[in-house]
Amino acid sequence: MKRYGLMKLVARSCLCILPIFLVIGLNGCNLNNVADLEPSGPIARSIDALFWITVALMSIILIPVFGMTAWIIWQYRASNSKAIYAPDWDSSVWLERLVWLFPALIIVILSSMSWVYTHRLDPYKPLASASPPLEIQVIALDWKWLFIYPEQNIAAVNELTIPVNRPVTFKITSNTVMNAFFIPRLGGQIFAMAGMETQLHLIADKSGHYFGENIQYSGQGFPYQNFTANATSLQEFNAWIDKAKQSSQQLDLNQFNELAKPSVRHPVTYYASVTPAMFKQVMAKFMSKQRTQGSPEPLLASPLEGVH
Amino acid sequence: MFGKLSLQAISYDNPVVMFGVVLMIGGGLAMVLLITYFRKWPTLWNDWLTSLDHKKIGVMYIILALVMLLRGFADAIMMRTQQVLAEGASQGFLSPSHYDQVFSAHGTIMVIFMAMPFLTGLMNIVVPLQLGKRDIAFPFMNALSLWLTVAGAALIMASLAIGEFSTAGWSGYPPYSELQYSPDVGVDYWIWALMLSGAASTMTGINFVTTILLGRAPGMTLMRMPLFSWTALCTNILMVLAFPALTVATGLLGLDRYLGMHFFTNGDGGNMMNFVNLFWIWGHPEVYILILPAFGIFSEVISTFSGKRLFGYRSLVYATFVITLLSFTVWLHHFFTMGASANVNAAFGIATMVIAVPTGVKIFDWLLTLYRGRIRFDVPMLWALAFIPTFAIGGATGILLAVPPVDFMMHNSEFLVAHFHNMLIPGALFGYLAGYSYWFPKVFGFRLDETWGKLAFWNWLIGFYLAFMPLYALGLMGMPRRMQHYDNPEWQPLLVVAAAGAVFIAIGIGCLVLQLLVSIIKRDANWDQLGDPWNGRSLEWSIPSPPPVYNFAVIPEVKDIDAFWDMKEKSTVDRQPVHYEAIDLPKNTSVGVVFGGLSFVFGFAMVWHIGWLAMAAGVAMLATVIARSFDDDTEYRLTAAEVGQLEGKRFRQQAENQQACAKPLAGQE
Repeated sequence: MKRYGLMKLVARSCLCILPIFLVIGLNGCNLNNVADLEPSGPIARSIDALFWITVALMSIILIPVFGMTAWIIWQYRASNSKAIYAPDWDSSVWLERLVWLFPALIIVILSSMSWVYTHRLDPYKPLASASPPLEIQVIALDWKWLFIYPEQNIAAVNELTIPVNRPVTFKITSNTVMNAFFIPRLGGQIFAMAGMETQLHLIADKSGHYFGENIQYSGQGFPYQNFTANATSLQEFNAWIDKAKQSSQQLDLNQFNELAKPSVRHPVTYYASVTPAMFKQVMAKFMSKQRTQGSPEPLLASPLEGVH
Repeated sequence: MFGKLSLQAISYDNPVVMFGVVLMIGGGLAMVLLITYFRKWPTLWNDWLTSLDHKKIGVMYIILALVMLLRGFADAIMMRTQQVLAEGASQGFLSPSHYDQVFSAHGTIMVIFMAMPFLTGLMNIVVPLQLGKRDIAFPFMNALSLWLTVAGAALIMASLAIGEFSTAGWSGYPPYSELQYSPDVGVDYWIWALMLSGAASTMTGINFVTTILLGRAPGMTLMRMPLFSWTALCTNILMVLAFPALTVATGLLGLDRYLGMHFFTNGDGGNMMNFVNLFWIWGHPEVYILILPAFGIFSEVISTFSGKRLFGYRSLVYATFVITLLSFTVWLHHFFTMGASANVNAAFGIATMVIAVPTGVKIFDWLLTLYRGRIRFDVPMLWALAFIPTFAIGGATGILLAVPPVDFMMHNSEFLVAHFHNMLIPGALFGYLAGYSYWFPKVFGFRLDETWGKLAFWNWLIGFYLAFMPLYALGLMGMPRRMQHYDNPEWQPLLVVAAAGAVFIAIGIGCLVLQLLVSIIKRDANWDQLGDPWNGRSLEWSIPSPPPVYNFAVIPEVKDIDAFWDMKEKSTVDRQPVHYEAIDLPKNTSVGVVFGGLSFVFGFAMVWHIGWLAMAAGVAMLATVIARSFDDDTEYRLTAAEVGQLEGKRFRQQAENQQACAKPLAGQE
């Protein structure tokens, strides 16, 4: 191939690229504004940034592809008899190296970034903070969420309240099929599985009422398995705890079994106290040989044991 | 006596289901009546159902694929309609359990009973022709594969009328799919449909790996094989290696459900994560099983319609092989969110990204093939050109999902749904449709109608963008997949756009149907008299359309990657050889279709726990295969004189045609 031909190819591709760049850029801004994913915590914010950095890196490949496709199709249409026709041109050593190296380079950059961020944003990693983490135990039920606050000894169904700027350690299990616990504005999701404990560390730095959901299909009531996650000031958080303490209901095993029966649109319910080690007992149900209550001191199983 | 089966299994009270059943039975009856009216039963039985001719088996595979495309799309349009309606107070027109069956059936049908038969059909027709072969390695096993696949598809269709289908999604994750949470027969239908078609695909894989590796035309070295044959080889290697994992996963789930074992149950030592692992060890290579043949088709089509040699043939072959190998190293990216450590997630994320390198190479090589070509915009080429940028978008969103922290936000959202449709519609289906219109004249001797083909293409393309781009945005807005109902009014406008896209696709499918009808009616205007309608480059275009039953009277000698192009340039094409040899061909047999029928009965009996019937069908299946193994008279011989006679007739015909055709070969300069 003659050299100037290639220069022209590159130059014209660039011309085609510009409008596409603009369109993508504008779309990007729009999406960012429309999305509920407006991050309200540092984890979600990092993921959001990572998302857009990846999009930008991918555009380095996408834009030439779009530009080249459009230009080549136009330039080399059969009706354009002025265009050069090279029916036997089928290889070029340096072009072939380029088509391997160019994507490889992008992928090396992306991979390194991905390695670093995957470790930095590992959901199992406790968050560094001056205040000690608040532990919340999450149990997925058909089709609602139960939140137990062991420190405060209260529990709530379909409503979660956390103080802003205090890291939260979620310990998650399921009393039913596989679920996924997800508060999009605070961070990523993690599966909830019976007999196993998964973990998620999140922190909110803006107060607000956020949408929480199960995003793993779990049967007929799945579309209704949502909850509200309130991120509040410490006073409001304490007031909320007090409100729960006023509840006439206590969460013992009988109450739990009643609650665990399948239902949709379960009203927000508070429990003034919780039987000790409820979370462990729920897990133990699925770990022992019998389906009935298991040993009082079950082992904590982590999924993919041995990996962790 | 009838196991779990009773009259209650038929849901008379559900008008939507009954409408589907009436359509299905009505369509079947109409076919039966038409065949009877035209007295085509003997033709159907003798020339098609019992045939072991790889071309006819290929055609039957594609007919199955197109029928199942209609069924799968009917499911799709129901889902899109439901999601437009079911916001807030409205419940839409599908109950939760019905909607859940619809999305489970849609996924299972589109992957296993639309895409798989489509690509298997194309391979059946094209691979032996491209490699200069008279037949595939195991013609009888090929018929078994076909009829097992048909039996699996029939089971899914039966579930519409009798009982219900699975509500566990196409991936059937336990413990939801276990007896405890899904006591109905739906999951059993899913298991047996996958078992039958899984066995079929494994056998197809063995068959084609052998076919491609052994006994190609002289001179057809591996590095001279057309790209479609290369991708077919890689796809079949994947089928042999991956499908057993699916069979094992569904088999173990079956043991849980039928014999009360505890492989994947909640509690009692079961672990659902093992199923997820096994399923995706098949599931991820499956994506490449679907996409690689389409890559091959695009390579052929782009080279042919640019009138140019394929750029970077070696790179394309290596890229194909790299993808094949890497496809087994990435399955964990389907469940980053299951709690693996950062090291594991990062490693699998990176492996996934690495696949983008060979894929990128392919895209650039195709672009460089187009560069300085003479691009003709026939229908196959339109599909190929639309594929390049569209697939690039899907690839980019795939990279996004391969970054584990980003996946934690997007997993199981509509973003994921948009991504894999963005890979499989342009990456697989557009390829198959390109192959369908590209090779149609080869198989039937006349071209498909251009106008309807172009209309179909544009509607599909516009419909695709309208239907799936909004889903990316919905995913970013936090909408999960598989929602029968939602309470967020902000999602509705985008879902309306997606439904409009589905309407365009419906028109596109309508155009495909009309295209076929119009082409058959107007076939006299579109005869492919010379066997080379597109000015093709590989061996399948060197023989007449439709090809004689033995494909090649004389096995050609291959001297170049573009074997037929090379012959045309050296003008060795139209010389009639002096000597012919005797050719052995497989005799027709009814064992394949009988075995398929029995396996359907077996599957149905197992679904409904009708023990005696399952036993009887199982024994009968075994008996037919054993009986067949004692049949030594499975081939017939065309003598050299007979072949000479047939070929002489063809050459006279061709000479006449050539004189009648004033204009030269299409597109040749």
